[in-house]
Amino acid sequence: MNTILEVKNLTMDFGGLRALDHLDLNVVEGEITAIIGPNGAGKTTFFNCITGIYNPNEGEILSSPPGKKRKKINGLKPNHVTKKGIARTFQNIRLFSNMTVLENVMIGRHCRTSSGIIGAILRGRSTIKEEKDVVDFSYNILKKTGISHLVNEFAKNLPYGAQRRLEIARAIATEPFLLLLDEPAAGMNPRETRELDELITRLRDEDNISILMIEHDMKLVMSLSDRIFVVDYGRKIAQGTPCDIINNPIVIKAYLGEDFDA
Amino acid sequence: MEYFLELVLGGLTRGSIYALIALGYTMVYGIIELINFAHGEIYMIGAFTALIFTSVLTLLGFNEIAVIVLASLLAVIYSSAYGYTVEKIVYKPLRHAPRLSPLISAIGMSIFLQNYVLLAQTSDFLPFPNLIPEFEFIKPYRYIISSPEIVILITTSTVMILLTFLIKFTRIGKAMRATAQDMNMAMLVGVNVNRVISITFVIGSALAALGGVLIASHVGQINFYIGFIAGIKAFTAAVLGGIGSIPGAVLGALILGLTESFATGYVSSDYEDVFAFGLLVLILIFRPAGILGRVTTKKV
Repeated sequence: MNTILEVKNLTMDFGGLRALDHLDLNVVEGEITAIIGPNGAGKTTFFNCITGIYNPNEGEILSSPPGKKRKKINGLKPNHVTKKGIARTFQNIRLFSNMTVLENVMIGRHCRTSSGIIGAILRGRSTIKEEKDVVDFSYNILKKTGISHLVNEFAKNLPYGAQRRLEIARAIATEPFLLLLDEPAAGMNPRETRELDELITRLRDEDNISILMIEHDMKLVMSLSDRIFVVDYGRKIAQGTPCDIINNPIVIKAYLGEDFDA
Repeated sequence: MEYFLELVLGGLTRGSIYALIALGYTMVYGIIELINFAHGEIYMIGAFTALIFTSVLTLLGFNEIAVIVLASLLAVIYSSAYGYTVEKIVYKPLRHAPRLSPLISAIGMSIFLQNYVLLAQTSDFLPFPNLIPEFEFIKPYRYIISSPEIVILITTSTVMILLTFLIKFTRIGKAMRATAQDMNMAMLVGVNVNRVISITFVIGSALAALGGVLIASHVGQINFYIGFIAGIKAFTAAVLGGIGSIPGAVLGALILGLTESFATGYVSSDYEDVFAFGLLVLILIFRPAGILGRVTTKKV
């Protein structure tokens, strides 16, 4: 049981509003961890802190990739966090819509490749080989995520479900050890959700990518996650296995409000 | 007919020089939505650097071809360094400031560079040697096209093809397009955005310097003020084609070049600018986003 992401005492203020309030959270290697909570609980803010979009006011985020040293990552720029092996997707899809599917995934390889402008002009053997490797690698990822038949389509012309898959494909192209998924099933129909369930499980089992996800679809959360954190008003109000959570009165109260008769 | 052809070729030559400079404007705008008003000055510095190196290299006894190639290369490198530095000093600290601040900063940089060259060099027009040799095979057609025009046309089209290739197919080109579309997302998939912006400035400056060398040796004289006029024209070309769009900048520049050429040829050279800017006004009335510009609807 190796902890690969440790968040201690994380606090984030926006002016007078405290979006995250001394939040603690751990992600264990090889597990699927879910964060649930009512709207506005600070879940996406939490992701933004981890990925370097926000710099938290207090607290520490420590990442320890398997086999590597533990390092503090708060305060790093987003591209450095990605390079350290943490990738994410967005609640509202943010693809490069005027680029093809393949190019979107290839962009994900950017931080793992190195040829620069000199190489691009001289086109030496190593540059050409690198470009070919990137194409092959990206194509394999598209196959794995089940959208390889769409390689040359523009991202904006893809159906919704495929766009979600492409976001995941682009994220795993950066070779993360931890993948953050922000509401991956939002707007999906039951069949697409089921396929997503399979894809996420496969990423964990075959590619050893640990998953931290925000999700509102309780069926998906309960069937998929090994561990659940419940957040409300920026605080952690509960944690445990799906079974613990489903029977926890505090969680029920946060979601459904106080029972008047009680 | 011969006269018409001469005007067309003259217009294309002029247009392709504008295109080289306009590309710098449009690429920078595409990525950070900033009008880099100091861009014309980079072009001027390119021309001055080339003049200095040409004199030195000629004194050292290099032959003609070596002088032109080396001087252009050095001018390109020197101006790229300027472009890089200008971005780091003047624009990077203002990356998250309101949009007016970097614009003012750009105008300030432009004035500073003009006056710097004015003080360091001179306010007079300096003669620029005609570097491009007279080709034999062009002699029969010299009423239509001159050797420098041929060299300019070939150089600029080669450079533009290379640039298209760079942006469309290479790793760095993809990173540039991704940054232009969504800078934050590009960072999140691991693109070093600051580096991409630097590279964009370097490429833009290199193109402008090349334009500076070519036009200076064609026209035959330079002074510290040429950057301002060329900058305004190239900016017009970029807006005409739709700022932010790379094919748009080239198209806009060629249209502008041809318009000026015809206006000079059939009306009078006094009206050259009237036609050029009149065209700009018309385009802006009927297609505010430019010829190839994307019409963006603002979300409220």
